[in-house]
Amino acid sequence: MWRRWLGIKRSGILGMNGRNRHYIGRYNDRTLYPLVDNKLKTKELADSYGIPTPALLHTVSRQHEVNDWHHHVPAGQGFVIKPVKGSGGKGIVVIDHHDQQQFVKTSGTVLSLADLQRHISNTLSGLHSLGGTPDSAIIEQRVTAAEAVQAFAYEGLPDIRVIVCCGFPVMAMTRLPTHESDGKANLHQGAIGVGLDMASGRAISAVQHGALVDRHPDTALPLAQLSVPGWSDLLTFAATCFDMTGLGYLGVDLVIDEHRGPLLLELNARPGLAIQVANQTGLLPRLKAAEQRRREALRWSPRQRVELAQQLFAHSNNPSKPDDSSSSSLS
Amino acid sequence: MSARGPAVLIILLFMLGIGLIAHRHLQYDVPLLPGDSQTVWLVEARIDFVAQGEPVRVDMARPTRQTALVPLQETGASPGYGLNFIDQPYSRAVWTIREADGPQTLFYRSEVLVSPTQGNEPVPAPQMKQPQWPTPYASAIDDLLQQAQKTSADNLSLTRELLKLFAAEQPQQHVVLLNNRYNDNLPQLLVDMLHSAKVPAAVVYALELQDGRRNQVLLPMLKVWQGGDSQLFFLPGQEPVVTEPGQLLVWNPDGRPLLDVMGAQHSAVRFSMIRQQESAYGALSMQLSGHYDLFNFSIHALPIEEQAVFKTILLLPIGALIVCILRILVGLRTSGTFMPVLIALAFMQTSLWTGLIGFILVVAAGLLVRSYLSSLNLLLVARITAVIISVIAIVGLFSVVAYKFGLTEGLKITLFPMIILSWTIERMSILWEEEGPREVMVQGGGSLLTAVLAYLAMSHPWVQHLTFNFLGLQFVVLALVLMIGSYSGYRLLELRRFREFAH
Repeated sequence: MWRRWLGIKRSGILGMNGRNRHYIGRYNDRTLYPLVDNKLKTKELADSYGIPTPALLHTVSRQHEVNDWHHHVPAGQGFVIKPVKGSGGKGIVVIDHHDQQQFVKTSGTVLSLADLQRHISNTLSGLHSLGGTPDSAIIEQRVTAAEAVQAFAYEGLPDIRVIVCCGFPVMAMTRLPTHESDGKANLHQGAIGVGLDMASGRAISAVQHGALVDRHPDTALPLAQLSVPGWSDLLTFAATCFDMTGLGYLGVDLVIDEHRGPLLLELNARPGLAIQVANQTGLLPRLKAAEQRRREALRWSPRQRVELAQQLFAHSNNPSKPDDSSSSSLS
Repeated sequence: MSARGPAVLIILLFMLGIGLIAHRHLQYDVPLLPGDSQTVWLVEARIDFVAQGEPVRVDMARPTRQTALVPLQETGASPGYGLNFIDQPYSRAVWTIREADGPQTLFYRSEVLVSPTQGNEPVPAPQMKQPQWPTPYASAIDDLLQQAQKTSADNLSLTRELLKLFAAEQPQQHVVLLNNRYNDNLPQLLVDMLHSAKVPAAVVYALELQDGRRNQVLLPMLKVWQGGDSQLFFLPGQEPVVTEPGQLLVWNPDGRPLLDVMGAQHSAVRFSMIRQQESAYGALSMQLSGHYDLFNFSIHALPIEEQAVFKTILLLPIGALIVCILRILVGLRTSGTFMPVLIALAFMQTSLWTGLIGFILVVAAGLLVRSYLSSLNLLLVARITAVIISVIAIVGLFSVVAYKFGLTEGLKITLFPMIILSWTIERMSILWEEEGPREVMVQGGGSLLTAVLAYLAMSHPWVQHLTFNFLGLQFVVLALVLMIGSYSGYRLLELRRFREFAH
């Protein structure tokens, strides 16, 4: 057991306690949490920093508005209902198309207007919100991911998670929904995590339930061929989220829209650790390299930080250990 | 938080905690292990009455030396009252005041040492009366006494035979008749019957000694004299829960009235008790000195009722420590952070298996009800309320079913705090909808495992002894929690999660 402990430590794996104490505890001021926990605030903030987000169609914040929300949804088009203070994809309903009475989810399940009214009403009561506080629901335009990524997903929207430490994007993956994950991009529900090369946005390795996979189980496409278009822009948006929120340890969820390019979906102040498994490498060396430059990060533009990160964390040259991450102990 | 901050604090807390424990152990001789000690019961009587603006005299019986029990030290709390402990001719505590008005409360406290070698101290037999009964009761009584006389040899066997008649499963006509007439006063009837058969007897009242009990009432018993000796008999339908010798404290061994109040109304007396483990010397030195210095922070100075509450409260940090260890060091997932501790507390009220089975049954049934309620399209708050009401119904149903099957254990589930169950059901069902049944099993199982381990720690006699007698232990627990909180290494389960990186 002790040898395993040492082996994992040597691989630079970040554990839950290390994440909570050394990164979230040290770099994420709790007063900043509302910025990421409230999707409306995140949207406004992103707009002011020039980061595009999915178009907001309507907001429902009172129970009596629950009965006529559907008039604000353009006929025929798909849309997404989200709790403003939800986390981890809780309470999100994606509608593919509808006729104002019958609402068809991407999986083909048909929901009635009453079903959705109840869902929104539950959301307002705080069923899906952090800590169960009263909440609002937002209705957003449904995003269709760019073909290059969407083709690999099944019945859902694949998103791209970038971990940003002290302003530097350090690790990234794309999460592909599967039949098992019910169209959701949550890894613990069975979605596939594909580690992405920081330099190029190409797939490195893919895992499902923590085990390596070559092909998507539903579409049978070889995952190694996945490559995210507009990679540098995407990383720049992710890096800008540091300036936007002031959070030093951040998970940025983005999606590549067919027409609009990278869009910010949501931010996460407590991003999970599975990204290490998807990338088959530990976060710690990269996090330390980023931490060492945290003073410079404040002067540099997001673009400059991304350029450095792409050099430091490129998969092909030096996958996990940048030359200058000299210290190996936590302090 | 700087890296050195908690280290200094941890060391200080450790030193403070260990120091307090050592001081209490060395200075007051409180043993570290519950085994090498004697049991001392702290028993408190609380007398409530309403004075009417006149002189008040309250005269209460006091327990004396008896089989396996020795009263050590007696104190009374009685603001403004004169208090005297009288030993001759009978052991009484007498409170007096010239004038009092309104509700009054008096306290009497005794430290009673359990000493199995202690024999019964002879108490003179009471005066016998010659009672008279109206017809048809007189003839029924005569008949019963004759039956008992025939099959007995002396006072004690006569009493046994008489009690047997009253306790019979198919009672005779006479017994039914007397039971109906003297239902409220059966003990006194039996004493009167014995007196008419020239057997000295009295009703005495005994306190069942059970740790941490509050608001207890006394158990009526029959005391019968045979020459200079006397023996106690349980009354039919009034058998005590405790069985060991030294767990039944007779409050008025002489058979005189328990409480005699003049100048007041509505008097009532209730009892609280708590068990302490003291070394023989410790009990003695406490008695002799009776003074508490600065380092002897002691909750023993509190009224017993509060002490009994504290006894439970002081165990909570132990349960919380278990949660910290399992979550931070092992990496177990639980639903809610300290909900497992509350579940463990509930287990301590029932027993472990009853609690565990009851919990699983009620939560499973609750999940079914909840899934039906969610199809009714209710608002969230109304639905949680409906879940609470359903939980009460489910618990009631299970209790009745368990009782019908002869499982009195099932009744204990009613003590389960409703809100814990309702909350768990609501949370589990949301988890079920959003993350699927697997996550419910993971978190529910984690919670129950944590609760069981916390229960095992909190119900261990040694842990209970240490937490109650050594407040310094709380500082040690706090230091441990801070240490665990500063741990940033891998969790035990992460070694499995990231095992492929280990080579």
